[in-house]
Amino acid sequence: MRLRVRFQKLGKVRWTSHRDVARMWERACRRIQLPLAWTGGFSPRPKLSFGLALPTGAESRAEYLDMELAPDVVVDVDGLPALLSPALPMGVDVTAVAEVDPKAPSLQEDVVSCTWRLGFAPGADLAVLVERALASSSLLVERERKGRLSVDDVRPAILTLDAVVTAQGEPELEALLATQPRALRPQELLRALDPALEATRVCRTHQWIERDGLQQEPLVAAPHAVGARAQ
Amino acid sequence: MTSLWPRIEPLLARVQKPARYIGCEDGARTPEHSSRRVAWLLVYPDAYEVGLPNQGLQILYEILNERDDAVAERSYAPWVDLETLMRGHRVPLFSVDTHRPAGDFDLLAFNLSAELVYTNVLNCIDLAGAPVRAADRGPEHPLVVAGGHCAFNPEPLADFVDLFVIGDGEEVVSEITEVVGQWKAGGRTPGSRERVLRTLASVPGVYVPSMYDVDYEGPWLRAITPRFPEVPERVEKRTVADLAEWPYPKQQLVPLTEVVHDRLNVEIFRGCTRGCRFCQAGMITRPVRERPADQVRTMVADGLRRTGYDEVSLTSLSSADFSGIDGVVADIVNDPVNCGQVSLSLPSLRVDAFTVGVATEIQKVRRTGLTFAPEAGTWRLRQVINKLIREEDLYGAVEAAYSQGWRRVKLYFMTGLPTEMDDDTLGVARLARNCVAIGRRYHKGASVTASVGGFVPKPHTPFQWFGQNGVAELQRKVGLLRDDLRRDRAVQLRWHDPKATLVEGIASRGDRRVGAVIEEVWRRGGVFQEWSEHFDLNLWEEAMANHGLSPDWYVTRHRTDDEILPWDHISAGLHKDFLWQDWQDALAEHGLPDCRWTPCYDCGVCTDYGIEHVVASALAPAGGSQGTGQDLSVGGEVPVTLLPVGGRA
Repeated sequence: MRLRVRFQKLGKVRWTSHRDVARMWERACRRIQLPLAWTGGFSPRPKLSFGLALPTGAESRAEYLDMELAPDVVVDVDGLPALLSPALPMGVDVTAVAEVDPKAPSLQEDVVSCTWRLGFAPGADLAVLVERALASSSLLVERERKGRLSVDDVRPAILTLDAVVTAQGEPELEALLATQPRALRPQELLRALDPALEATRVCRTHQWIERDGLQQEPLVAAPHAVGARAQ
Repeated sequence: MTSLWPRIEPLLARVQKPARYIGCEDGARTPEHSSRRVAWLLVYPDAYEVGLPNQGLQILYEILNERDDAVAERSYAPWVDLETLMRGHRVPLFSVDTHRPAGDFDLLAFNLSAELVYTNVLNCIDLAGAPVRAADRGPEHPLVVAGGHCAFNPEPLADFVDLFVIGDGEEVVSEITEVVGQWKAGGRTPGSRERVLRTLASVPGVYVPSMYDVDYEGPWLRAITPRFPEVPERVEKRTVADLAEWPYPKQQLVPLTEVVHDRLNVEIFRGCTRGCRFCQAGMITRPVRERPADQVRTMVADGLRRTGYDEVSLTSLSSADFSGIDGVVADIVNDPVNCGQVSLSLPSLRVDAFTVGVATEIQKVRRTGLTFAPEAGTWRLRQVINKLIREEDLYGAVEAAYSQGWRRVKLYFMTGLPTEMDDDTLGVARLARNCVAIGRRYHKGASVTASVGGFVPKPHTPFQWFGQNGVAELQRKVGLLRDDLRRDRAVQLRWHDPKATLVEGIASRGDRRVGAVIEEVWRRGGVFQEWSEHFDLNLWEEAMANHGLSPDWYVTRHRTDDEILPWDHISAGLHKDFLWQDWQDALAEHGLPDCRWTPCYDCGVCTDYGIEHVVASALAPAGGSQGTGQDLSVGGEVPVTLLPVGGRA
């Protein structure tokens, strides 16, 4: 049985890394005695696969992971969020769980874009930067992956970009950034806009997949489960 | 009180491993402070990933938070990147539980588990906003407390720490809380700091250095004398008589980020009477106090369920010596609740085939490395240090390991031991090579890692009179081994930096005058000295010279039996004449068997404190020679209290 889980990561726990989050999930599954399938080989690991890594320090309302249960294990899927959230650290809450087809594509392959909200200190003039970026035909950024530096044009990966002001009067950017063929990270977006620009808060609000030409979320969060226990 | 979090958080985007500073561990408390509650900040003066797992700190954290009149939070030394930002933004040292400034606490309590952290202690006091010298603090500043094994020679830190706790902390923290609570209720008026310290000096197990005068004659220490009649001449250590009454930590902290020893830890006994003469831990934690086996089982089962860990370590100074260890291990590994997916580790393995049998049983799930500590390369030298492992014991253990599928075995040794000759040093290489030869019978690629550390004589051990080897001599000995093993690709040699060993020696047996050196090294930026990338011997040598102190006097000089040692007014219960006799026995190459299974040698601990070994079996554990070479036919009274059958958890 393969399950897809949607969760959020809010508050202080945002300073944990992607690897830290993977360990949290392994412990949580053992705490609620949810038997997972294990990889074979010399150093077996439980079969948990995460989507695109969230940068350390960023919050998220739309994280996903797929977990494969041990053979012949059947669970009450609807009851899982209420079991899992208390077994996870404060600020990590499960907002939806559903069974998915074992042959469905992995989250890494399936997600095509993510929506991000970036908050800034009062006074940041974002509208000009946004206008200039959207008017450019190319935006070159030097970035590193696995120790290799490359200069890439990230303009095609900026699908939408808006400067907004929150009800509290704080400037924010809302950006829809492509993840294929290579994901544009929010920090890289900021460098493309203005190398001096520093966000005070970064939050992934959505991840998107495509089905029949339409964008949709891999799982829709249950409305009552959102915003539970951020610290 | 306001949390510093809004000021800390903007700094975290600019530091390595920000999760070190957020708290939020499972098991963490967010206690409610009040004017009626004594507030303790328990500080581990090293990086979070080293300090978080510390069991002593976690035990006191729970005991204090269970009290109505106390609250306890935790702090760890901020890494250098965050420290720079904190100083730049005027953010003081903070607790990780509620991110409260350290200066808001009544006590800053440091855990001292290694000498090289001493400069970090000063740094933390300074970051807390208090003067580093105790004499400069006023009633508005927290009391600075320190405990842990290094507190058994408190003198190098005596100028900076208001009070030391000697021995087990479980009971004495409550007694200190009561005294400090009255001070707090009295409003901490001017002059009250001296009064509260004087009261604390009468609490058994508490040492207040400012209540003692120190006299020197040239380089020699002449006397350490109490300044008031009610202040004890000798401070006796505290000992928890029965571990069963202290099943702590009940809620071990589960960190959100990677730390050392990232697993469930259950302490199965405290104290050790193997009598290894180099081992301070074994000497100062006597007698042996076993936790009842049923309580161990309960703590393991509850702990695994609560934490979600898949690994548990049964901790002690020699875990294979726990009465009935094989039964306890089998019960844990075969518990159906654990689904065969819980692995178990025993630190400080004894060197014998029995131990490997247990290790094989416990490592069905995930096979980790197997480490043995013969400590010295020849039987002669092992008799000197009283690590009574025969060569055939080691080969039996190694053969069992390789035949059970291990391909690499780690061996720990020390060099620079008393009476060590080059033949003893080279014995390390011979043993390692012989182990490889045994391994080759089972695997073509069998290998051995031999780790060699420079020996640092420790206070309250028979070797406290021994002149440590200098840097050049340790380097020469390491060089001998490197040359000897150069062509041996199956033996990997690792060694500890002899320069760091020298500084450990200065702090280990230093007196109060060394405090000025520690302060100067800290003022010149020497923090995180136990991290090789930050360690700087020049800082120490220059500071010693600036204060007219000689490393040779403190480190490499042999002491005589009439010398007053800087820690003579601190007692671990061991009679000085027992230690001197044991030192003479060492030089005569006489081994001394374990007193759990042989008659009492009257080291002083049980008799003076009216306590006894608490063990579930008066018989030495199964497994032939036990790797000790001990003659167990010696009769006589067995000085133990037997637990009732089935334990009493």
